[in-house]
Amino acid sequence: MKVTRRQFVKGGMAAFTVTFAAPEFLSDLAQAQGAHTRNLVILYLGGGNDSLSMIPPFNDPFYTSRRPTLAVPAGQVLQIGTDSSKVALGLHPRLTGLKQIFEQGRLAFVQRTGYPNQSRSHFQGVDIWSTADPLNSSGLGWVGRYLDSLPSPVDPLVGWNTTGSLPHVLQASHTPVPAISNPAGYSFASPNFGAEAAAERSAALRIASHVPVDRPELAFVYGSTQAALATLDRVATVAAYVPSLAYPTSGLGQALRAVAGAMNKGIGTRVFYVTTGGFDTHSAQNVNATNGAYYNLMATLNDAVLAFYNDLKNQGLLDDTLVVSFSEFGRRITENGSQGTDHGSASAMLVMGGKVNGGLYGTAPNLSIDPSNPTLENDAADVKFETDFRSVYAQVIDGWLGSDSVKLLGGNFRKSGLAFI
Amino acid sequence: MAKTEDRQVEHLLRRAGFGARPDELSLFREMSISQAVDLLVNYDELVDDVDILIGKPGYAGTTVNGVFSPQSNITHARQRWLFRMLHTNRPLQEKMTLFWHNHFATGYNKIAGTFGAAEGARYMAAKSSEDPGKVRGQIEMLRENALGNFRDILVNVAKDTAMIVWLDGRTNFKAQPQENFGREIMELFSLGVGNYTEADVYAAARVFTGWNLTRPGVSGDPTQHYEFIYNPNQHETSAKTFSFAIYPDGGKTIPARAAAGGMQDGIDLINGLAAHPSTARYLAAKLYRFFVSEFGAVNVTFVNRVANVYLQSGYDMRAVMREVLLSPEFWDPSAYFARYAWPVEYVVRALKDVGWTGYSVNDALTPLSNMGQILFEPPDVAGWDTGQSWFSTGAMLARMNFASSLAGNQKFNLANAVKTAGTGKTPEAMLAYFGDQIVTAPQDSRITAEFNNYLHANGAWTGTDAQLQAKASGLVHLMVGSPEYQLV
Repeated sequence: MKVTRRQFVKGGMAAFTVTFAAPEFLSDLAQAQGAHTRNLVILYLGGGNDSLSMIPPFNDPFYTSRRPTLAVPAGQVLQIGTDSSKVALGLHPRLTGLKQIFEQGRLAFVQRTGYPNQSRSHFQGVDIWSTADPLNSSGLGWVGRYLDSLPSPVDPLVGWNTTGSLPHVLQASHTPVPAISNPAGYSFASPNFGAEAAAERSAALRIASHVPVDRPELAFVYGSTQAALATLDRVATVAAYVPSLAYPTSGLGQALRAVAGAMNKGIGTRVFYVTTGGFDTHSAQNVNATNGAYYNLMATLNDAVLAFYNDLKNQGLLDDTLVVSFSEFGRRITENGSQGTDHGSASAMLVMGGKVNGGLYGTAPNLSIDPSNPTLENDAADVKFETDFRSVYAQVIDGWLGSDSVKLLGGNFRKSGLAFI
Repeated sequence: MAKTEDRQVEHLLRRAGFGARPDELSLFREMSISQAVDLLVNYDELVDDVDILIGKPGYAGTTVNGVFSPQSNITHARQRWLFRMLHTNRPLQEKMTLFWHNHFATGYNKIAGTFGAAEGARYMAAKSSEDPGKVRGQIEMLRENALGNFRDILVNVAKDTAMIVWLDGRTNFKAQPQENFGREIMELFSLGVGNYTEADVYAAARVFTGWNLTRPGVSGDPTQHYEFIYNPNQHETSAKTFSFAIYPDGGKTIPARAAAGGMQDGIDLINGLAAHPSTARYLAAKLYRFFVSEFGAVNVTFVNRVANVYLQSGYDMRAVMREVLLSPEFWDPSAYFARYAWPVEYVVRALKDVGWTGYSVNDALTPLSNMGQILFEPPDVAGWDTGQSWFSTGAMLARMNFASSLAGNQKFNLANAVKTAGTGKTPEAMLAYFGDQIVTAPQDSRITAEFNNYLHANGAWTGTDAQLQAKASGLVHLMVGSPEYQLV
């Protein structure tokens, strides 16, 4: 997976030089693209989310018998009705905010998403979900390919990654995505003041413009430097954003606050990446106790997403926004001896936004231990996928981004009945 | 007359260490390449005395509130490791320790979340000589085995307290085996993904049932600590069959054993993993990426040769590293600067090049976090995402800003050095001086011209102290923050 990051640079640098036009021009471009664009927020739940604890099939007797310490008691789930196979589903008790959004019809779950022979490796799994290619997961990210498909010149702020390093899903051949975890800290320092500091900054800008096109690996660093310097001033405006409500102090809460700020300030960003981790719950998963490990994961998710949803609603930006989650795999159905769950297979994806047709898509697994149970695999140890995750991506690409999923995904994964947007 | 060219010494020390201090440069340039590699690889012939230099004048400082306690305070432990990287005379030992830290990536937070902050630091970083219960933290274990036998390293890792917490071995019981460690020892620590099956994961989990922790002794006694125990009552005793050879005769089945002797299951599996050709190739490829080049494809000839040395030597990492550092691939000019510096490599090398007098390594910790690398806190068990992944815009900005703060901190020293060298009289003389001090990947003449333009900006050259301080620090900021300096 390290080789890949190199591959995409080849031939990409000529495009860098063309892409990075003068900042003044880019601001105009951003403005032109400005109001009422469609924003996509990719939410990565790191570690392999146990979606059976997020939306428990609480009436399935095997849910309780296979998870003696982890099952959410039927009386405690937040009921959200039944899916098309008449299985009653609920939300984890801490997801009260998501339940509100669900009831407002702006939240959808796509159950049992995955792919054939799903990888149980974190790293291969993330690569596959990122590239949308289970057979060769070393290429560009699917969102990166989308960014590459945008007409040139592409604004260097077209994407915004709120984490420290570039996630595979955003890897593009000629569209570098800035990483800005904290807009307030995104500034150019100098050991000097006044005119001397200004001279350093302009020297740094000029140095970054001399991209060595014949040395692609070095040119990549030039690309990052250029993109950083070209976006400083616009990002500074986001640091001044005053949201309509208080966001949680969690990493996810603060990241979504920055996303809302970028949308509110209209700086031209279209695709955002946010993440929250800790889902690799091999031991002491503690789904039910207040402040238990999984309970806290749900709290972080719920509080951040609810604040984001309400803030966007107050700012009139909800209809411009689509949030799509992914995680590398679900978890084994039967809990292990450590009151946790090991790496499994299919799980549920979450989709939220002002234009989302909320509800339950796909069907829940039947958790019966019968090895021939068609909704399970691996001798009924793991959930078998029903909806290829690329079908969800296809719907996002075609129905929201207005691009061509067949081209971006290298095949037709459109699936009828998956009209969540 | 130097026996080895400076550019070769610098290449060797950028890779086998963290750059070259002036004293290292003068030492190594008097040696032949094979003498230099001998000195690096046989580091145990030198006294390991770097820690006693902490707090002494002439070395980088540390910043602590109270007593310096790296055995129980993770921030202190981070400072100690940076100090070692900067001032050690055994650079390859620190470099290999970093390699293993990334390979067996274990995060402090989970240990601290389980046992508390002081205990978390203890199991990650304590030296047995400074711990009341003689606890040897994971990094000390890796440091002591930095060029040890890979099989022994795997055994030590499997019994390491922090690892047993990190990958949940402490709750791997026979009733329902816990797969976390069993999977990762194959996927990440030895064979590599694709070289084992799901059935192997189940079998490996069963092999390590009962490899748990214990904490004997009296509560409140400072010698009390968690340590590895093989718990026969929790070991699953039936036979375990793998898809690959466990034994030299090709046997794939670890036989059923009485619980009392069941710990041998784990030893057998580790022996099998250490001897597996995939492990040899996986390690060789990883060493190629870390020590030789990240640009282009992994060199197959190198991998075959190094994998062979690994197997022939009985997994001796000292023999393996000697092969790596003397390899034609390592010395090929195309390998010079053909790697993206990790944040700690970048920071320590900058300190060696720019200076450390009056600098506290504590001041590098927040910048390192902004660059994406917190020691003792890799993002997950696969370690850091390296190569171009280090160079998001935010991380690049953090590097430039670190260059700025270091240059600002060293402003007076830099100006004095320029004056002492008699190179403050013209911008060109100052540029030539720093061009010698701060070696980067080859820089195009357009870049040198920009440095020169900067020195000429804002009026005539007067050579006053104030101007020398401003221009020296501004220039060093630009050089250390330049893209070329990010390659090692």
